Amino acid sequence: MNPSTAAAVAQQPHWQAVCQVEDLVADSGVVVWLEGEQVALFYLPGQAQALYAVDNRDPRSGANIIGRGLIGSVGGELTVAAPLYKQHFSLENGRCLEDPQQALRVWPVRIQGKAIEVALS
Amino acid sequence: MKATANGGQRERLVIVGNGMVGHHCVEQLVERGALARFEVRVFGEERQRAYDRVHLSEYFGGSDAEALAMCEGGFYDCHGVHLHLGEAVLEIDRERCEVVTAEGRYGYDQLVLATGSYPFVPPIEGSSGTARLVYRTLDDLDAIRAAAADARRGVVVGGGLLGLEAANALKSLGLEAHVVEFAPRLMPVQLDDEGGAALKAQIEALGVGVHLSRATQSISAGEAYRYRMNFDGGESLETDLIVFSAGIRPQDALGRACGLDVAPRGGVVIDNHCRSSDPRIFAIGECASWNGSVFGLVAPGYSMARNLAALLLGEASSPFTGADMSTKLKLLGVDVGSIGDAHGATPGARSYRFIDEANAAYRRLVVDASGKHVLGAVLVGDNSYYDTLLQYCQNGIALPADPAALILPQGGGAPALGADALPDTATICSCHNVSKGAVCAAIDSGCADLASVKSCTKAASGCGGCAALLKQVFEHELTARGVTVDKSLCEHFAYTRQELYGLVRVEGIRTFDDLLERHGKGHVGCDICKPAVGSILASCWNQPIMDAALVPLQDTNDTFMANMQKNGTYSVVPRIPGGEITPDKLIVIGQVAKKYDLYTKITGGQRIDLFGAQLHELPLIWGELIEAGFETGHAYGKSTRTVKSCVGSTWCRYGVQDSVAMALRLEDRYKGLRSPHKLKFAVSGCTRECAEAQSKDIGVIATDKGWNLYVCGNGGMRPRHAELFATDLDDESLVRIIDRVLMFYIRTADKLQRTSVWREGLEGGLDYLKAVILDDSLQLGAELEAQMQHVVDQYECEWANALNDPEKLKRFRTFVNDRRADPDVHFVREREQRRPAAPLHLIPTVEEAV
Repeated sequence: MNPSTAAAVAQQPHWQAVCQVEDLVADSGVVVWLEGEQVALFYLPGQAQALYAVDNRDPRSGANIIGRGLIGSVGGELTVAAPLYKQHFSLENGRCLEDPQQALRVWPVRIQGKAIEVALS
Repeated sequence: MKATANGGQRERLVIVGNGMVGHHCVEQLVERGALARFEVRVFGEERQRAYDRVHLSEYFGGSDAEALAMCEGGFYDCHGVHLHLGEAVLEIDRERCEVVTAEGRYGYDQLVLATGSYPFVPPIEGSSGTARLVYRTLDDLDAIRAAAADARRGVVVGGGLLGLEAANALKSLGLEAHVVEFAPRLMPVQLDDEGGAALKAQIEALGVGVHLSRATQSISAGEAYRYRMNFDGGESLETDLIVFSAGIRPQDALGRACGLDVAPRGGVVIDNHCRSSDPRIFAIGECASWNGSVFGLVAPGYSMARNLAALLLGEASSPFTGADMSTKLKLLGVDVGSIGDAHGATPGARSYRFIDEANAAYRRLVVDASGKHVLGAVLVGDNSYYDTLLQYCQNGIALPADPAALILPQGGGAPALGADALPDTATICSCHNVSKGAVCAAIDSGCADLASVKSCTKAASGCGGCAALLKQVFEHELTARGVTVDKSLCEHFAYTRQELYGLVRVEGIRTFDDLLERHGKGHVGCDICKPAVGSILASCWNQPIMDAALVPLQDTNDTFMANMQKNGTYSVVPRIPGGEITPDKLIVIGQVAKKYDLYTKITGGQRIDLFGAQLHELPLIWGELIEAGFETGHAYGKSTRTVKSCVGSTWCRYGVQDSVAMALRLEDRYKGLRSPHKLKFAVSGCTRECAEAQSKDIGVIATDKGWNLYVCGNGGMRPRHAELFATDLDDESLVRIIDRVLMFYIRTADKLQRTSVWREGLEGGLDYLKAVILDDSLQLGAELEAQMQHVVDQYECEWANALNDPEKLKRFRTFVNDRRADPDVHFVREREQRRPAAPLHLIPTVEEAV
């Protein structure tokens, strides 16, 4: 376990409501504004984990576009393909499959009733 | 300072010269981890760090010094290499093992000379100032630019490779350029007489004056221009400036002064390991003389740098054993290639020659006395033959029964050498020097797909020009190993696109989930199969792509029905059928562009592209466009784009048919048709072909009896002329045949395959296609027409459809919980319009009202 994960466990996460379930688009992404951050939410109803939250900024192009990428599975791992240069990022941990130098920040996210909540550390 | 390596301390390695070869040596050292063993110090006489001299003329074509640099600004610092720019080494003190500069003395344990060469300027009376310019460094180019400021005409002395580059530079500065060459032909080293003549014809056609067999005696004041060059024999030529590019001389002054052995024709003498007569001193690149030869190309210099880096680290290094001087160039836009023994100097050599005086093209193939092997070749006008000929020459591959076929014009482009014919030593990727053997080794060590071969060998990761060859070799090698080449669409479908198309048709499948459940694996799909299936479903059933079940399938641009640009904003292209537009509609486009501050540009397809719209602006923009009667232009889709047309018989004195009316009819019929790749059409009203129909997927050219149909052409990266398919058709037959061709293409092509590539891959070629479409040999005609009619009947403008549905519009929000625009999108103004700000000069836009 790396130190940051340890810290996250030790610290009580602060859950912040960002939008409603009806704002999401099934099997696709939308973007929310979260205190200056742009967070892309991907909604996969029917999957074991139905919701993922990752950074909207594409590290390769510098443009805020990840939320508009295509969802897929690569070798069993759920991914989003960046719209401009098509590199794949794991929805689970933000890792870039093609280039270990690139990674997306990920946030814990959950559905509470009709509200979507993202955990701020 | 004591000049010995002592235990624990790193050895001191000094590199004199920061040109391309010196820099490559540093790169090689860094890559091999040499910085742990050596403290590396590099001296460059010029102020700029190493730059690409091979592409120097681009300095006048828009590239700045930074764009030509060989590495990022921080490369040397970041690896701990001391870089002394603008600090010339004045002397080498071999006794104390020190180099001396104006700033001080620096000790070395090993010394590398990479000082390059200098331009040779023949002694000519009266040559000085702007009548004695040279072309080698960025400073030289600045001097040429300054001299050109008030000049009309410029002359380059020297018609070799560099001279022609220099002429190109003068031309791009807007001067009338002339080349004066002493020899009776251009590029005397690389070309023969016929090749030189073809090159001369092509260059003259570009407006460059060529003067051969001229020796300049003196330069005096001119009358109409600043100078007059007086040639042997009394002729003269006036000019405002003169650039000398009459060859290079090794920059060996340092070596000469400190007593190293220097070759009679110049250059520090080196052995097979680049070592000079002093075992501590090495020389690489153009300042070195190996076996009496100086190599004036960058590739041999690089190979010396690689060998030296390996040697310094005690790695197994292959000795330098000479260099292949084969070159492939584009000079003034003209392809020139020279391979091996281009002059046929080998005893018993025989040549095949192809001369095309109409196009000033020339090809020569030199074979050995037995007629079995290629010794060399000369190419002018078309380098597509180069790669194959080089493979034959370098690898001693046995020639085919009719060697002439290798240089004769081919219907389907230059002949390619099959992957199986290549020996293991054959170079596949010249950027990273990857051989076929290395590719095979990668496969044997477990690389099971093309991507892993690429990342393991680096092949095809440089210029990418070898990607097709690499794929061929890879597939051939897999087959040879008894592995079935997997032609599955992706990991979710073990079918080709063509097979999936058949399943969708036959079983009447309407959704991705249904297809995945019946014939695929998993529950999600991926960015390969989803858009491919989305396209198949659209080609078959043509339902609105924004329908909930179809949305997640669409590729990025289809999802938002606009073209994403580099900063994440979109461009918008309304349909302008046939390129015909009323002034009122033109005004609406102008008003919309002005209101949303969109960068506006005319496209090649006779339409107008509006750039810089953010996601949330798209519905607003389209609302106004649709209100004014526009429809979506599908510029974002793999679908029908435009039908370009000339003005035709209604206005043009030459027109024989109403090309605009036919273009409108075709565009109206096929708009919204989704296909494996984009489709472009054009209709010309007469044989003058102003609409360029022969470069389109579907080209129509009027005759006095009707229409001629051309199919499967395209422009772009690999242009292909469309082929004449049927002649003198009436309107109805024309449409019926196009219906069939397009539907047959949609049915049988691979994903993302243009009609041209599809056509080239059809077994039986054009005759087969004619049999299927015109003679109905498969009895598919009626079915294909009915399928097309269904798509046509289902057409609906997908933007109008989306605007009428609040659910579909929900996606067009930059943030679903906030009305602000993306604060990271920045623009700057240029030529009175806005464009994306480069990361260096970000200027915040004013608060946007949403």
